[in-house]
Amino acid sequence: MNVTLKYFASVREAIGQGGESVNTSATTVQALRDELIARGGAYAEVLAHGRAVRMALDQVVCDGSAVLREGCEVAFFPPVTGG
Amino acid sequence: MSFNVSIQTQDFDVSQELTALRAGDARVGAVCSFLGTVRERNDGSAVASMELEHYPGMTEKSIAAMMDEAQKRFDIYAARVIHRVGLLHPEDQIVFVAVTSAHRGESFQACEFLMDYLKTQAPFWKKEVTPEGARWVDARVSDDQALARWGIEAHNSTAP
Repeated sequence: MNVTLKYFASVREAIGQGGESVNTSATTVQALRDELIARGGAYAEVLAHGRAVRMALDQVVCDGSAVLREGCEVAFFPPVTGG
Repeated sequence: MSFNVSIQTQDFDVSQELTALRAGDARVGAVCSFLGTVRERNDGSAVASMELEHYPGMTEKSIAAMMDEAQKRFDIYAARVIHRVGLLHPEDQIVFVAVTSAHRGESFQACEFLMDYLKTQAPFWKKEVTPEGARWVDARVSDDQALARWGIEAHNSTAP
C-alpha cells in the first residue's frame, strides 16, 4: 500500500528530507519503521529501537501497533519541545 | 469567540486577545492567562535566537483535542491558544494560553492544564542558536511529570 511519510526536527535533518511517499508491505507502524531501519545509514541510526522517537498515524500520536491503511500518513519525530 | 487556536509567525497583542476572549459574555467573572517568552539562557548557554518548527495539521488537531479535554474537566466558557513558529529572539513572546470562567479556580486550573498538556503533546520543536552552535532543545522529564499530576501519563521525554 502507499503511505506518506513525514519527518520533523532532528529526524528530518538526519534523513535529509521532510517526507517521502513509499509503497510498503508493512501492516503496522512498527513494521514500517523496521523497513526504514533496514535501509541502513541515517534511517537506521535515527529510527533505531531505543531512540526516543515519537510516531503519529494520520496526525494522531500512536504506538508501533497502529495499523496502516492505504493512503495514510505516518510521521516520525523526536520528543516535542514547544511551549 | 469560544475555543480557538492560532499557529503563526507574527507577534500578538495580549491585551487585545484578553478583551476579545471575554467580549459579549457577561457570565465571565475570571480570566486567567499564561504568556511564555524566549529566555536569554537555556541549559547553561546563551541563546542568541531560536527556530520553532511544527507539524502543520497535527498541531492544530492536538491543541483542539486538549481544549476538548479542558472543557470536560473544568467549568470554563472560552479558551484561546496562540503559538508562534519560525525565528524568535530573547524577550519575544512564544506562547499564549487564556481561559475564562465564572470563578477564578476553574480558569487558573484550566490554564495550567492546557500549558502542561501542550508542553508534552503538541508537535513543536525548538532549535537554539548558542555560542557553541545550533542545537535541538531536549525534552524535560519534569514536563512529563507536570502532566502526570492531571492523571495523564506522558512519555514524551523517554524512549518507548
